[in-house]
Amino acid sequence: MEPEPFPEFLDPAANGPEYVLHLYITGATVNSTRAVRNIKDICEQYLKGRYELLIVDIFQQPELAQQEDLIGVPTLIKLKPGLVRRLVGDLSNRDRVLKALGIEPADGAPGHE
Amino acid sequence: MQENTLSKPAALPQLPKSPTGIEGLDEITEGGLPKGRPTLICGSAGCGKTLMGIEFLVRGIQEYDEPGVLMAFEETGEELAANVASLGFDLKDLQERKMLRVDHVHVDRSEIEETGEYDLEGLFIRLGYAIDAIGAKRVVLDTIESLFSGFPNQAVLRSEIRRLFRWLKDRGVTTVITAERGDGTLTRQGLEEYVSDCVILLDNRVIDQITTRRLRIVKYRGSTHGTNEYPYLITEDGISVLPVTSLRLEHQVSNNIVSSGIPALDEMFGRRGFYQGSSVLITGTAGTAKTTLASAFAEKICQTGQRCLFFAFEESPQQLIRNMSSVSIDLEKHVRENRLRIEASRPTLNGLEQHLVTLHRLVKEFKPDAVVIDPITNLITVGNLSEVRSMLTRLIDFLKVSGITAFFTALVNGGVGRAEMTEEGVSSLVDTWISVRDLEGIGERNRGLSILKSRGMAHSNQVREFIVTDHGIELLDVVLGPTGIVTGAGRLTQQLEERAQALAAQQEAERRDRELERRRRMLEANIANLRTEFESVEEELRQISTHEQTRHEALVSGKQRITSANPPAPKAPDSGETGK
Repeated sequence: MEPEPFPEFLDPAANGPEYVLHLYITGATVNSTRAVRNIKDICEQYLKGRYELLIVDIFQQPELAQQEDLIGVPTLIKLKPGLVRRLVGDLSNRDRVLKALGIEPADGAPGHE
Repeated sequence: MQENTLSKPAALPQLPKSPTGIEGLDEITEGGLPKGRPTLICGSAGCGKTLMGIEFLVRGIQEYDEPGVLMAFEETGEELAANVASLGFDLKDLQERKMLRVDHVHVDRSEIEETGEYDLEGLFIRLGYAIDAIGAKRVVLDTIESLFSGFPNQAVLRSEIRRLFRWLKDRGVTTVITAERGDGTLTRQGLEEYVSDCVILLDNRVIDQITTRRLRIVKYRGSTHGTNEYPYLITEDGISVLPVTSLRLEHQVSNNIVSSGIPALDEMFGRRGFYQGSSVLITGTAGTAKTTLASAFAEKICQTGQRCLFFAFEESPQQLIRNMSSVSIDLEKHVRENRLRIEASRPTLNGLEQHLVTLHRLVKEFKPDAVVIDPITNLITVGNLSEVRSMLTRLIDFLKVSGITAFFTALVNGGVGRAEMTEEGVSSLVDTWISVRDLEGIGERNRGLSILKSRGMAHSNQVREFIVTDHGIELLDVVLGPTGIVTGAGRLTQQLEERAQALAAQQEAERRDRELERRRRMLEANIANLRTEFESVEEELRQISTHEQTRHEALVSGKQRITSANPPAPKAPDSGETGK
């Protein structure tokens, strides 16, 4: 839905953005809309210009559910950097999300709470 | 009122059921699992839950043309395919034919971070997609509780699992959910059993080091079902549940007769042998030639060109062949000609159920006309009485249905209570019961054989003595002594005495004959004397009468001469009467 490649000058590796995130949601359910809002907030706040976010509605592409081994929804899959991690839930527990994504709240922006 | 209650059940539509195709299970559930509803299969490790689930799917595809989805939480598709390949289930092929879909759901706690509210819609979508892709009618979830290890939020999971069951019902797919057995509850989470419409409990019990698997239907909404615990087996063809009541006593019966292998024994039966397909039990104390009788029967079966399967629980085939050749029963020849197969194993080798499986398999493989089990009593070492009884019941049922003559031997403890009681109580199951026993007399033991029962034919009521000779078993003629039938040395004495008596009687008779002859001759001489005497008297009398006659004739002729010289004058009274 919203791939946001940013200009290359920030990332010397040059193979795409630093953060690759896939968010799987199920239509416009409460959890899904909340998750979309939360991840967008986080990305804008901490990862501005360094991320690629793909939001997939598995109602539209049910075959992906098996392919990506989804159980709980919404699920955010962090493909880069580091190990692949799965974050299940509406991402409202920001501390956990940041920790799982490997983002230090202090170095991003002020007022992380 | 009465009529109403009676007619009602028949009029009511039956709950639609989905046959599992698993041997025996459909009989217990009276048709299968509830169609379009979830069924829980629970049990501890190693019960065959997953196997039962997969068999439900595979049989559904193969026998009822109902595609199925397998959602596996614990094993991957490859692992499952490899596990069931030995049962002849080719999951790969079924997947290629679009009849089966296997979806492995990988749940790993370490990879999952909970960050807020969520639901399990992902699972629903996967399942829904898989069902739609092949038009599945059957779904197996194995094992849903794995989710609990991956997702810590119990409240969400529980409500989501409830929703899943509801959702599956709405989709109208027949679902099997497997679950690990919990402590004191049917499942660990204590949830699935309440939301399932049918609960099947599998149990793997070890008694005296022997494992027996059992199955019980705990609940079945809207249907009657068998409530007992039924032993089941995991065989080379999948799961086989063996309800004791599988036989509705409807098997075909044969009127053919098979010989016992001992002519004299045949004579004791009204129809000169056993009915084909019946079951024969020989009970006896130790050393009463039970095995020999069984071998004689086996030999006879083979001699008539039929096939016999011999289960020896005490002797090895070689030992059996050697021992039997000492009484002129040549089993080796028949083994060579593949008409006889001897299967020897220690009963403790397997559990009872496993023995049953072996038997089933061999019977299917070898297609015998008769099966000998020597002895059934040894099975007692691997199970308790009721188990052995139930196993034997099923065995006898199975053989009867297959029309195979069954010949069992059983060891009974002499002297303890009634020697005729078999511990297994199988005697009521068998059709013919022959008892062999020691007849202990003064200073010797003899073997006696009697028929206790023989369904469907008359039989002798005598206890016949038999001896094992170099030429096999011989039944001896009944010898009656002053106090009944006598055996052994008593019989010999009796025979000697009888012979002596017969000789004496003969001599007596000869003496009488001679005496008679003498008397006859004497009388004859007398008769001859009398006759000569009579003749002389007769002669004398005749002479007298001749003289008399001559004299008389002379007299008459003399008178005539006188009359012709003087004619008579007419009589006066005649004329006087007419004048009046």
